[in-house]
Order: sequence, then C-alpha cells, then structure tokens
Amino acid sequence: MKNLDFDWKPLALVPVLSLLALPLIGSGSTWLTLTVAGLAMGMIIFIIASGLTLVFGLMDVLNFGHGVFIALGAYVATSVLAGMGDWTSSAELWRNLVALALAMTVGMMVAGAVGVAFERVIVRPVYGQHLKQILITMGGMIIGEELIKVIWGPQQIALPMPEALRGSLLLGDASIERYRVVAVLVGVAVFAILAWTLSRTKIGLLIRAGVQDREMVESLGYRIRRLFVGVFVVGSALAGLGGVMWGLYQQSVTPQMGAQVNILIFIVIIIGGLGSTGGALIGALLVGLMANYTGFLAPKVALFSNIALMVAVLLWRPQGVYPVTNR
Amino acid sequence: MSNNLLELSGVHTHIGAYHILHGVDLAVPRGQLTMLLGRNGAGKTTTLRTIMGLWQASQGSVRFNDNDITKLNTPQIAGMNIAYVPEAMGIFSDLTVKENMLLAARGARTASQMDDARLKWIFGLFPAVEKFWNHPAGKLSGGQKQMLAVSRAIVEPRELLIIDEPSKGLAPAIINNMIDAFAQLKASGVTILLVEQNFNFAKRLGDTVAVMDNGVVVHAGGMKELAEDEALQTSLLGLAL
Repeated sequence: MKNLDFDWKPLALVPVLSLLALPLIGSGSTWLTLTVAGLAMGMIIFIIASGLTLVFGLMDVLNFGHGVFIALGAYVATSVLAGMGDWTSSAELWRNLVALALAMTVGMMVAGAVGVAFERVIVRPVYGQHLKQILITMGGMIIGEELIKVIWGPQQIALPMPEALRGSLLLGDASIERYRVVAVLVGVAVFAILAWTLSRTKIGLLIRAGVQDREMVESLGYRIRRLFVGVFVVGSALAGLGGVMWGLYQQSVTPQMGAQVNILIFIVIIIGGLGSTGGALIGALLVGLMANYTGFLAPKVALFSNIALMVAVLLWRPQGVYPVTNR
Repeated sequence: MSNNLLELSGVHTHIGAYHILHGVDLAVPRGQLTMLLGRNGAGKTTTLRTIMGLWQASQGSVRFNDNDITKLNTPQIAGMNIAYVPEAMGIFSDLTVKENMLLAARGARTASQMDDARLKWIFGLFPAVEKFWNHPAGKLSGGQKQMLAVSRAIVEPRELLIIDEPSKGLAPAIINNMIDAFAQLKASGVTILLVEQNFNFAKRLGDTVAVMDNGVVVHAGGMKELAEDEALQTSLLGLAL
C-alpha cells in the first residue's frame, strides 16, 4: 500500500486541454493570451464555487440562490470603488490595490452577513427536502435581485478597472491583461488558504469528515449544524469576493449577473464531484479554459461547450473527477 | 446513584410509517459488559440509534447516569462521554487513520495533543492502527477498519461504549484480538453495550444479556445462565449450539 495514493489523472486534464487547443489555435501568442484569460476566469469561478460545493457536501443543500451573493458582492464593490475615485484613478499601483482590497473586504463582509440571514430564513426550514430547496433558494435569489434593483437601480452599472490594473503586459507577442494576473494570484491565494484550512486544522478535518458522513461526525460529539452555518457564511463571502472579481472582469454589473454565473458554477461542482474542493478547482479551470478557447475558435458553440465538457467528464467519471467517498 | 448506567423504559421508535420498537426496557449495569442479542430485524440497531438520538423515541424514556437524555440531540448525548461505533463502522475513508483518531479525540486540536500513553495502549491492542497511521482509512481491510472504529471509540476515556456488531465479517484471529481488547476495556471499568450476532463471541465476553425480538426485550439476565441453557438459547435465538 502506498503512503499517499493521489489520483493525478484529473489534474492532467488541465494541461491536456491546453495542449490540445494549441494546434487548433495555431498562434502561440494567441494561445498564451487565451490560456491566461481562461485560467483567470477559472480561478474566479473557483472562488465562487468552492463555498457552494462544501455547502452541498456538508448538508446536502442545493443552494440555487448562491448567485445572489455574487451580484451583491459586485454591487457593493461599485459603491466602494465609486467612493474611492482618487485611489482608483491614481497611477500608483499600491493605491489601486488598497482600493481593490477594501472593495473585496466589504463585498465579502456584506455577502457573508446576508448569508447568515439567508441560511436562517430560507435554507434551514428545508433541510433534507431537495425539491423545496431548489424552489425556495431560487425564490430567494429572485427576491435578492429585486432588492438589488431597489438599492442600486435596475440598469447596468459600470465597474471600471483601477487605473494601474488596466492594460496589458507583453510577453513576447502575447498580450496578458494585468487584471487577469491579479485574478490568478487572488485565486491561488484563496485555494492555498482553503487547502491549508481543510488539511491542517481541526475545523477543516471536521468539514472533510462531515462531507463524507455527517451522522458519524455528530456521533463523535460535534454539532455539525454550527459548522454548516460557518461554512455557509464563508461560502457566501467567497461568492461575494468572486462577484467583485467577476464584475471587474466584465467591467460592469447587472442584477442578473449572479444567475448567469450560477449555471457555470453548477457545471463546475458537478464536474469536480459534489463536495470536493480540489475537484471544484479542476472543474473551474477546465470551464474557464474551454470558454476562452471555444469563444475564439467557434463562438457559436461557446455556450454549449461547457455542457459538452461536463457530459464528457461524466461519461468518464459519473460522480465527477474527485468523487467524495461515502456519498 | 443507580446501579445501572443506562436505562431504557418503554421505548417506542417509529421510522417513517414503520413502528420498530414496541416498548423496549433495557438496563445496562455500571462497569459491566451487556450483550444485546436477537435475530435479524429484532430491533437491536434501532435501539442503539435511539439511545444515541439518531432516531428519536416517540414514547418512553432513555436515562444515562440518572439524567433523562430522551430528547437530547446526538452531539449532546455523545458529549456526555458516550462513544458509539455503528454497524457500518463510520470510518471516514478519505481521511487518514491518524485523522480519524484525531477527530474522535475531542480534547486535542492536533495529533501531538493526543494522549501518548493511551495511544500506545491502543497500538498494543490493535497494531494495525499504528502500522497504517498515515494511510487513508479507505484503503484498510474490513478487519482493520473495524479495529480503527473501536480504537476511535476508546481514544479518550469514555463512560459508556456502544458498539454494533464488532465481530461482523472478521477472521477468527481478529475476533480473538477484539475479545482481548474488550476484556481489557472491561477490566478498566468501562461500561459496554454490545450488539452481537455471534453467540460464541457474546458468551465469552458478556456479563449480562438482553435478547430482543419484534421490537421488545424478551429476555434479560446473566450471560452465564443463558450460555448454560441450550433450550433457552434455542427458543430465544433459534440457536442449537
């Protein structure tokens, strides 16, 4: 028996997909630009999806209202950054980053706080009832969208990039947008923190155990509902952070943006294996890359491409790339 | 203080539309090993799950250490110093053996905070737990998983151990290890309630016995008396040993 049997095959999917795209795209510089864009998009999707997959894994809760936290985070960012015009228009990178960090922090705090109420009022009464969960959480998202319209108005709002994050870096002939590098770095940082928490702390151990067998965790004397509330709040806050980043990526926000991203998020957590954080990372990177490659190669099938990707992965591994044991 | 650490009085349990327990009366004396026997479907596992609050009793009472625990939830019950090993063992397959043990050690935040002397004692009882300490628990054999499940239940001192069919599917040599382990635990003063199908296992360990049939306890008394009365065994358990 090996000490650590790690399944590397799913991890290899990301470079395999990238390398398969290279001859189709033809130009190395275009391929590099698209790959970095895909990784950046994938990292943002991962930030949003990581909380949702843990929420499902821990308590079997299908939260179709996750999108409201994405939109909320993005809208809060528009307000925070609008109030920091001097900082975002400055050419000094550090002032831009401070403004961005503040927008992310406030976006996460507001989304997390709303997450507490959402769990208490909407999710808690429907534990164990999947059909009701789908209906009521979708209803919660609709209400959330309408409240966003009441506060910020129904129209699209611009979310301009801070000055120093605009433009591109040139790497040979390849043009790489600065913001995408920031998005990858933030995504890597979030993944590192999550991975460390899940693997090195007792709370993380409880979450991983709870995803596999929550009844046994309770039989060991731990109150898994408290743990679930904590995970739900962190998941909501991460969705808020993802919303800030997604809004900046698109440079605009709409009340429906959460619902639009929701589809991608569910594809990601299904590809990854419900409840698996590592799987969500692989799924998010695949979805990000696929969206960018097909957007360039065959724009008409771009929307369909991620569903095709999900079907292909499920034909290979019906429970996702990293299925959670015991589920 | 009652002589019985655990007492069930007139416990009824419904699972959905099914009425499983029909008024269970059961006493588990302090410091003794009580065997809960019965045919398949007699209600033994349901009784254990009802004690642990995994299924709520619809009627009757469960008392532990003279406290009514009938309406408490599972974490509260486990927090009263009760360890439970379910029939399916409840091993977290994606976690290592060490992580499984650390989870059960509620007082420890890291592996280094677990009680070394107790771990050494457990390693002595079940060497496989030490041998595969850093391996994923899902890779263990059935017998090794059972050893891990019992080790996890005793990683910290508990007043009551509730274990569902520890000998199920185990090789005779491993069953002997289990019997040694339970004998040592009993000698340390721990109260144990075991569900068992293997009567040879049960009679070697049990101090007292309760036999269930159709959701009620139909016989309770000393294990020695039951072990010596073949006619009673046959009538209660359908055994002809």
